[in-house]
Amino acid sequence: MKTIAGVVAGLAFAGAVQAQSTLDAVKAKGFVQCGVNTGLAGFSQPDSKGVWKGIDVDLCRAVAAAVFGDASKVRYTPLTAQQRFTALQSGEVDLLARNTTWTITRDTSLGLNFVGVNFYDGQGFMVPRKLNVKSAKQLNGATICVQPGTTTELNLADYFRANRMTFKPVVIEKLEEVTNAYFSGRCDVFTTDVSGLVSVRGSRAPKPDEHVILPEVISKEPLGPAVRHGDDRWFDVVKWSLYAMLEAEEMGLTSKTIDQALASKDPAVQRFVGASGDIGKMLALDNRWAFNIVKQVGNYGESFEANLTPLGFERGINALWTKGGLMYAPPIR
Amino acid sequence: MNPRRLRAALYQAGLAAAVALVAWYFISNTATNLESRRIASGFAFLGREAGFEIGETTFIAYSAADSYLRALAVGLLNTFRVAAIGVVAATLLGALIGLARLSPNWLLGKLAAGYVEVIRNVPLLVQLFFWYAVIAENLPGPRDALQPLPGVFLSNRGIVLPAVASWLPFALEMPRLEGFNFVGGSALTPEFAALVAGLVIYTAAFIAEIVRAGVLAVSRGQVDAAYAVGLTRRAALRYVILPQALRLVVPPMTSQYLNLTKNSSLAVAIGYPDLVSIANTTMNQTGQAIEGIAIIMAVYLTISLSISAFMNAYNRRVALKGTRR
Repeated sequence: MKTIAGVVAGLAFAGAVQAQSTLDAVKAKGFVQCGVNTGLAGFSQPDSKGVWKGIDVDLCRAVAAAVFGDASKVRYTPLTAQQRFTALQSGEVDLLARNTTWTITRDTSLGLNFVGVNFYDGQGFMVPRKLNVKSAKQLNGATICVQPGTTTELNLADYFRANRMTFKPVVIEKLEEVTNAYFSGRCDVFTTDVSGLVSVRGSRAPKPDEHVILPEVISKEPLGPAVRHGDDRWFDVVKWSLYAMLEAEEMGLTSKTIDQALASKDPAVQRFVGASGDIGKMLALDNRWAFNIVKQVGNYGESFEANLTPLGFERGINALWTKGGLMYAPPIR
Repeated sequence: MNPRRLRAALYQAGLAAAVALVAWYFISNTATNLESRRIASGFAFLGREAGFEIGETTFIAYSAADSYLRALAVGLLNTFRVAAIGVVAATLLGALIGLARLSPNWLLGKLAAGYVEVIRNVPLLVQLFFWYAVIAENLPGPRDALQPLPGVFLSNRGIVLPAVASWLPFALEMPRLEGFNFVGGSALTPEFAALVAGLVIYTAAFIAEIVRAGVLAVSRGQVDAAYAVGLTRRAALRYVILPQALRLVVPPMTSQYLNLTKNSSLAVAIGYPDLVSIANTTMNQTGQAIEGIAIIMAVYLTISLSISAFMNAYNRRVALKGTRR
């Protein structure tokens, strides 16, 4: 609430014309201000030492590696679902990497642009095993815990309307509080993206075996990073930072093998690591931008295995297109 | 017009112009920024379909197919329900505790003092989480609901009571467990109960101190005179002390009522769908934060000024004639 009021004030005070592009502003201040989730294991959550970890965090680090050659030059702003768009609109963050669903309303009327997808997801339901529910179609009359201000809340209402069922929502903003309400039995069902359900079950459930995720996936939730509308150079930098991670996985380049790739004879690899060509200059970045991303952050597959695989995630549709998934980067040339 | 008054008038006009200029700057700058960032503005969104469900409603029906305007109205009525019940209950509880603190009974006095000191010094948000956890975590699920009276069920879905189906002939609609939850009857949700409990208990501590101060402010001579004409302690309290004390406490009570109403916006933390909660969701679905904040501010300002106007009118009516306050 305070943050929303703050960023509204930000819109009132901000200079009428943005004299600087975000890329110049980021270079001048020396770090990327990245808006992330307040704590969703696997996506963005501080570990026991206070270091942020997750695939969304890795995207922030990739952008920092591309711009500064140093993946650690990121500052994180943890944002709730409700604060995130206003924080980006007002310039409080340079980049929003917070498991955010790409929809047409958000892309057009909120003043932001989605740069791509770093996780293909869909909305699901989790119920305690002892309720013996086998399908979402049996949820008529259930009390459902949900976070406000999300596509989740809208899909939920749509799904129940379409199937002529009713439910009682319990709407709580903070993830910690809403999951507490579910685990204490206040709700019969917790709903969010399946990734969120897996993450919450693996990291917050007192006994993970006692909860089942129902087979129905009721929506498409392509999660991706977003930047402010109207700043194409910064949009390009963030977009190609994401694609560089995907392209590296497709080329088989990992953080461990990227050093040898500098001496590679393959022209595509040479262009990628900046040994030839001037792709970096086209982005107004160092020619080693992609090399730095892979060297310091790793490719998409490495990020997935480090952050999501331990929680029980499968690659599924998030595999590369060459392996039957949807992850596909346009050519880097 | 003499020069001094003219100068004063010029200063006033200058100040008014400066304020207007600053306001114009902020408004036009915001409008330009919204325009340049292609963020939608205006209140047209109020007529669009809201698309989200609301957990509980007061008086009016609501479904996801209704408009944002109706959703906000539901939130406003939910705020009114909490505020109205809260103000009455906090006044009664606060008056009792305030009088208890003045009681010659040592234990009662100390208990009341302890209540005031503990409750007043713990942040309200913490107390709300506490009551919510007590209700949601300690009560059983609906299938093992406690049944203290026939037709009354106590579970972590709240209290479910029989509802009056018709007055003539008198008939009750009994709640029954069906599937996940109770159907029929009327229900009080844990969110509502926790919010009212938290607000009443917190505000009562402040009201108790105001009542105590009011009683102590009644002049000693009045009290002595009451005992001198042979009134018992109870009669003196009822006929001499309280009628004067209650007049004194009207203005400070007004600000407690305002506080309670505004504090009800903490509902958002424990999932009660009050105005702020609904407006937050609306802002996030439409991206129109400025309009949403403006609505919240306008509504709370209206509520607060109404309470204030009512209490001031009441104060003028009951204040002792010929005294100045």
